[in-house]
Amino acid sequence: MTMIPFLFAPWRPAVSYFGSLRTIARTAVLAISFAIPIAAPAKAAEQYFPLQSYRVGPYAAGGTGFFGGFIDYLNLVNIRDGGVNGVKLTWDECETQYEVERGVECYERQKSHPAIAAWNPLSVGIAYAMIDRIAQDKTPLITINHGRTDSTDGRVFPYVFPLLLNPYSETSGIINYIAGKEGGLDKLRGKKIVVLYHGSPYGKETIPIYELLAQKYGFTVSQIEVPHPGNEQQAQWLTIRREKPDFVVLRGWGVMNPVALKTAQKTGFPVDHIVGNVWSNSEEDVIPAGSAAKGYVAITTQASGAEYPVLQEIIKTVYGAGKGNLDDKKRIGSVYHNLGIVNGILNVEAIRIAQEKFGHRTLTGDEVRWGFEHLRLDEVRVAALGAKGLFHSINVTWDNHEGDGRVTFQQWDGAKWKVVSDWISPDWALLRPIIEKSAAAYAAEHGITPRTAADAETASR
Amino acid sequence: MSTAVFDRAETKSWRVPSWIGPIAVLAVAYGVMPFIGGAYIFEAILTPFLALSLAAVGLNLLTGYAGQLSLGSAAFMAVGAYAAYNFNLRIHELPLIFSIALGGLSASAIGIAFGLPSLRLRGFYLAVSTLAAQFFVQWALTKFGWFSNNNASGVIDAPPLSILGVSFDDPVGRYLFALTVVTVLTALSYRLVNTQTGHNFIAVRDNELAARVIGIPILKTKLLAFGISSFIIGVAGALWAFAYLRTVEPAGFNLDRSFEILFIIIIGGLASIRGAFFGAALIVVFPLILSRVGSLLLGGHFDSGVLDMSQRIVLGSLIIVFLIAEPDGLTALWDRLTKGFSRTSRQQPQ
Repeated sequence: MTMIPFLFAPWRPAVSYFGSLRTIARTAVLAISFAIPIAAPAKAAEQYFPLQSYRVGPYAAGGTGFFGGFIDYLNLVNIRDGGVNGVKLTWDECETQYEVERGVECYERQKSHPAIAAWNPLSVGIAYAMIDRIAQDKTPLITINHGRTDSTDGRVFPYVFPLLLNPYSETSGIINYIAGKEGGLDKLRGKKIVVLYHGSPYGKETIPIYELLAQKYGFTVSQIEVPHPGNEQQAQWLTIRREKPDFVVLRGWGVMNPVALKTAQKTGFPVDHIVGNVWSNSEEDVIPAGSAAKGYVAITTQASGAEYPVLQEIIKTVYGAGKGNLDDKKRIGSVYHNLGIVNGILNVEAIRIAQEKFGHRTLTGDEVRWGFEHLRLDEVRVAALGAKGLFHSINVTWDNHEGDGRVTFQQWDGAKWKVVSDWISPDWALLRPIIEKSAAAYAAEHGITPRTAADAETASR
Repeated sequence: MSTAVFDRAETKSWRVPSWIGPIAVLAVAYGVMPFIGGAYIFEAILTPFLALSLAAVGLNLLTGYAGQLSLGSAAFMAVGAYAAYNFNLRIHELPLIFSIALGGLSASAIGIAFGLPSLRLRGFYLAVSTLAAQFFVQWALTKFGWFSNNNASGVIDAPPLSILGVSFDDPVGRYLFALTVVTVLTALSYRLVNTQTGHNFIAVRDNELAARVIGIPILKTKLLAFGISSFIIGVAGALWAFAYLRTVEPAGFNLDRSFEILFIIIIGGLASIRGAFFGAALIVVFPLILSRVGSLLLGGHFDSGVLDMSQRIVLGSLIIVFLIAEPDGLTALWDRLTKGFSRTSRQQPQ
């Protein structure tokens, strides 16, 4: 007989029943502890944001910045205004690490909380997994600047909102920008563009639209995948070197971006001919690349910098009170932080608009959905919110869930981003029929009857 | 390593019959859980637990019983899920359960193909060659849009679960569906390991040369192990995709998932059907409990990143503690706790 003198040794001489009873007791305690919902019962007036955030893993830079900005703005509204018309904003975080399984678990965990306003997973994979779940639960799903493109069609996807910029619009904006540099859309003929994309649902989303635009404008496109997470790209950049493209579009995410810029430098591709997409446009993407990033241009929907009034208020009110969410104060006003703040503005304004219709109280998810479908922030309203210049405007309707967001381009000068273009509109008229066709196919596959404007006007309590 | 064959020999006649345990568990799973559990328990805990347990049962047949180390489990899950999706999509009249079975058979075929090197390779070398399956399958699913019905993102949407017009499309329904599939396949696996084939697996694992000498067909046995194991893992993949996530992308079946399933059987107990369930409980369910308890007690004080990191530390330490306390896995630990110390101690190899 061998005894292992360890944790379990003291149990052994005891009659086995005690051991098993104890085990059962412990199991029961654990079982009870997770059977109790985390949420305390809803107070009189509260609107809750379930945040499926990610602060660890390969995409933590994006997660901490975005959710930091979002939380900072919610805090600002709570501290400065006492909530939205007296309704306090609450939230809790559930760590997803950008993994679909964890995101789904978080969804199931957080959805038992009452008074959910909207979901903001910031992950295409998680958003895809949530689409039929949120449709059943009637709560909005916000995929700002990303997501499933055809969810722009609100007739088929009543609860999904790819706000500001869906992937197709982004693609169109980038191609228009490249055309501008070449001297017009007709100058694109015969040019060669390589798209280097992240090997994930997010990265692949734009493959068909690049093909389509290439046909339309007569340039050749070659799309190369970088497997997740993308910290080794020698092979891809050697291929690019062989192909000698006029431009490379970097459709990256996380660590893939600085590695791409550095590898481009190593293989001798000029950095000012690389155009970054909306998830390759942050300080976290260029600073690690050092000098390799100087001159790199990327698209964005929101400017960076902390000079905007809303940022100043956040610094004064939220960080002044020691409630700021970013550990590193230098990241205030960075691209992801500002995107989180813009996302906060859009979510809060949707609630405010819905409250004007349904009353100053806690709203149901379906009522918040109505708010998002009437989210019209023109430049005057944006300025009143202290965000003039931070983002342009948005105009969401019941059947256009993107809201005609404008884009701009910014260039990294080695220390900060400098805006190098006006606010540009993507070619929505060209994209809309493609989106409607894809949405119609989804509706047919899933037996969905598209909504009408009248259906969209009513919201269930 | 104590084998299933010896376990059975140890059973004394005066003890409660061995079938009481599984029957009791099934009675609770079918008769009690659907009435007391909330949607969260089914959707986030029990369904993934069942799917991964089944995958672990499959891998245990291959690695635990037949001794063939495999790192391709997630690939076989992916083949099962994508094949079932395509059979369901492209053959309209085919009932879902047949699609899933055909998905399992497709995984089986791929498993046998990648099992061929096992005739020449052993141990770590075989593990490396099954790694090829892992990369190849993921590459193929990403490369050829046909597998995901040319969906731009490469993500597939699971079809609604229904059999003979009965819909299982609610949390309890999906759970019962998964439970039934898992029960049937687990029962068959249990039966299998107690037949001549199962004994052949063990013989090949324990001493391949001796097995050959006493007339066991090595080629057939190994390929059979790969085939059956991949079938079960493929069905588990279909359950993972259809009953749990309801959407799936190739990256969801990456090498991490293969390792996860391997760790489940190592921690649960090699060559033990029960071990797969114990291991899955520790690897799948325990982190969730830890995370919920953690955010309940400390959520207000730390951000979720810090909590998540601490949970990893706790889980890692616990796994080390478990393995030191019982290298034969949780199933041996369980035996000791339930049967009492004195009798089981004779089984200890140390």
